Amino acid sequence: MIARSLIGFCIMMLAAPLLAIKPAGEPIVVGSKKFTESVILGEIITQTVNQTSFEAIHRRELGGTRVLWNALQGGDIQIYPEYTGTIREEILSDLSVAPGMAALRDSLRNQGIGMLAPLGFNNTYALGMLSQTADTLNINRISDLKRFPDLVLGFTNEFMDRSDGWPGLKRAYQLPHSNVRGLDHDLAYRGLANGNIHVIDVYSTDAEIDYYQLKTLVDDLMYFPEYQAVILYRLNLDTEAPGLISKLKSLLGTIDAATMSQLNGRVKLERQPEGVVASEWINDTFGITSQVVIKNRWQRIWERTVEHLFLVAIALGAAILLALPLGIWSAYHPKTGQGILAVVGIIQTIPSLALLVFMIPLLGIGGPPAIFALFLYGLLPIVRNTYTGLKSIEPGIQESALALGLPWVAVLWKIDLPLASRAILAGIKTSAVICIGTATLGALIGAGGYGQPILTGIRLDNMGLILEGAVPAAVMALVVQGLFELSERWLVPKGIRLKISD
Amino acid sequence: MFSLNGVSKRFGSFAALQPLDLDFRQEQTSVLIGPSGCGKSTLLKLMIRLLEPDSGEIRFDREAVTPGNIQALRHQMGYVIQEGGLFPHLTVEQNITLVARYLNWSESRIRQRLGELSELTRIPESLWHRFPLQLSGGQRQRVSLMRALMLDPKVLLLDEPLGALDPMIRANLQQDLKEIFNRLRKTVVLVTHDMGEAAFFGDEIILMRQGRIVQQGTITTLVNQPADPFVKDFIQAQRQVTVIAENDQ
Repeated sequence: MIARSLIGFCIMMLAAPLLAIKPAGEPIVVGSKKFTESVILGEIITQTVNQTSFEAIHRRELGGTRVLWNALQGGDIQIYPEYTGTIREEILSDLSVAPGMAALRDSLRNQGIGMLAPLGFNNTYALGMLSQTADTLNINRISDLKRFPDLVLGFTNEFMDRSDGWPGLKRAYQLPHSNVRGLDHDLAYRGLANGNIHVIDVYSTDAEIDYYQLKTLVDDLMYFPEYQAVILYRLNLDTEAPGLISKLKSLLGTIDAATMSQLNGRVKLERQPEGVVASEWINDTFGITSQVVIKNRWQRIWERTVEHLFLVAIALGAAILLALPLGIWSAYHPKTGQGILAVVGIIQTIPSLALLVFMIPLLGIGGPPAIFALFLYGLLPIVRNTYTGLKSIEPGIQESALALGLPWVAVLWKIDLPLASRAILAGIKTSAVICIGTATLGALIGAGGYGQPILTGIRLDNMGLILEGAVPAAVMALVVQGLFELSERWLVPKGIRLKISD
Repeated sequence: MFSLNGVSKRFGSFAALQPLDLDFRQEQTSVLIGPSGCGKSTLLKLMIRLLEPDSGEIRFDREAVTPGNIQALRHQMGYVIQEGGLFPHLTVEQNITLVARYLNWSESRIRQRLGELSELTRIPESLWHRFPLQLSGGQRQRVSLMRALMLDPKVLLLDEPLGALDPMIRANLQQDLKEIFNRLRKTVVLVTHDMGEAAFFGDEIILMRQGRIVQQGTITTLVNQPADPFVKDFIQAQRQVTVIAENDQ
C-alpha cells in the first residue's frame, strides 16, 4: 500500500495541472466487464444511481473478472454486476463456499463486499433449438432429447471439452446421441438455420436466441451451475451513501432472461448505444425519464484524443526525466551501466497486457497504472540511444574537451549532449511512438484513450468503431513523428547536420 | 617546466611505458619520436593527465600534478591532436573561445585575443563563423592551435599535429608552426613519427622504443653519436627517400 500511494502520489504530482480541469467531488464509480451484457447492466446501474442525489460515473469495459474484483476491493470502483457462478468458481474458489446464496453472501461480507439479490436472470449454458423444430417434436426440457437419438448436436469446442459441458451433460441426462460436432459459434447458428444441426449450446441470454427464434430447453435436472446476475458493492456504501443501495434494490428481479437477451440484441445486432438501450429500458420499466447524453463522433474522438495525449504526455515526460540521467550514467560508468541497460531491456520484454495487470494491485485502475506501464516501456529507447549517442563520440573530441580544463558537467552540457542530441532525440521519438501505440491497451484497465472505441468495436464487431480509435492513433503517431523530425532543426546543432565531404 | 619522475603506465598486460625520468626545459621545443606503440602519445597524455600514471610523479612548473589541481593546470597547457579534435557542433569562434567564455572573460578581452591569434595562425575573420566540417584539413589544425593558445598557456602539447595532412599543406604549416614557436617562445612538446619533422622542430629529440627512452639529444648528437644500432637504423630508414632521390640525380 505504501508503494502504491508513493507511486500514485508521484504520478498525481506530475498529472496535477492536467487533472485540475476535471470536476471536483467524489462520484460513485460503477464498473463493467468487457462484454456487452455487463456494459448494459453497468449502464442501468449508473443511470439508476444518477436518479438519486448521488453522482455516478461508469468505467466501462474494464477487462475480466480479476480486474473488476481487484478494483472493487481496492476501492477504485464501488459497484459492478457479477454472476454467482463466477463468484463461487473464480473469485472465491479457494474458500469452497457452501451451496446457496446465503453462504455466498456471508463469504463476500467477510471481504467487505455486499451482494444484492439476483437481478432476475440466470446467464448459464443452455441448449437451444429452433422454436419451430422444438414445437413440432414437442421438446421443452433437456430430458425430452432422449426420445430423439437421431438429432444432430453442434457444440462449441469449449463446451465439448469442459467437464461441466457436454461430457457431464451426456452422463447426467443419459443422452444417447452419437452425432455430435464441434464447431464455431457463428457457424452453429447458420447450421441450425439450414437444418444441418438441430441442437446447439448457447448462453441463456445470448442476443441470437431472439434473433434466430430459438427455444432454450429447460434444464430439468438442474445440471448447469447457477450464473445469477447480481450487483456487488462495497459495504461502506451502506453508511457513506445512505439510500443508494435501497434505490438499487428496485432493480432486483426486474430483468428476466428474455429481457436481457433482447437488450443484448439491441446493442449487438441493432448497434444501438448501451446508454440508450439502458435508459429506454428504465423508462419503460419504471416510467421515469433517465437521460443519457449521446455524443457525436467528433466529440468522442476529441475526448479520446485528450485522454490519449494525457496518458502519453505524462508517461513520456517522466520517462525522459529518468531515462536521460540513466543513459548518461551508463555511458560513463560501464559496470553499473551494463546492469541498467539489462534491466530496462528486460522491462521491455514484459508483455504489455501482463504489465498493465501487474500494476492494478499497486495503482488500482484507470490512468495511473497505464501511465506507469507506459513510462516503463518508454525508458529503454531513450536510455539506449543516450548511451549509444554518448559512446559514439570520437575519443579525440572527448579528450580535447577534457584537455581544455573544463569540469565534467560543462563537458557533458556543452560538448557531449549536443553531439549525442540526434541519437537522444531519435530515442525519444521511438519512445513516443511506442507509447502512443501501447496506450491503446490502457483502455483495458479503464484508462480511456483511443483504445476505448477499439475495445468496444471488437466487442460489437463494429469496424466503424475500431477505426474510430485506430485511425486517430495512427495519425497521432505520424504527427508526433513529424514534430520530432521538425524539432531536429533547432535541437540538433547545425554543425553536425552538415553533410560536406571533406 | 615539466619533469617526470619514475612515471610508468600499463594497459592490462601491455607495458606502454616503463618507469622513466624526463625533464622538458622551458622555452624549448622537445620532440618525442619513435615507431608506433613506443609510448610517445601515452607519455603526452600522462602529462596532461588524460591518463593516470601507474607509478611515479609528474611536476608542472615545480608543482605536482594531481587529479585535484589538473583542471586548473590544464588552463596553462595547450593540447592539439592529429585530427584537430574540434567540436563539430561549434563554429570556429565558439571552439576557440569556449573556455575563455566559461571563465567569464570580458567580450573585449576575447575579441582582442582572437585578433592576435587570427593574425598569428593566418585564420581570417571570414572563417570564424564556419563549422569544422566546412574547413580544410590545414585550416582545422590552425584553428585547433588557436584554441590551444587562447588562454596563453605556458606549454603546448602537440600529438602528431601534422600527421593527417597532405604533403604540400603539411610543409606550409610546418613553416608557419616553427615561426609561431619562435615568436611565442613557449615550451613545446611535439609527438611525431617523422624524423625530418623532428629534426626541423626539435631543439631536443627524445627517441623512444617499446616504452623506453633510447636516446635523448640534438639531431646532430643522434646522427653522429647513435646510442645503439636501433637509433642508427631508425634515422637511416627515414633517410632512404632522400638517398634514393640523390642516387637518381
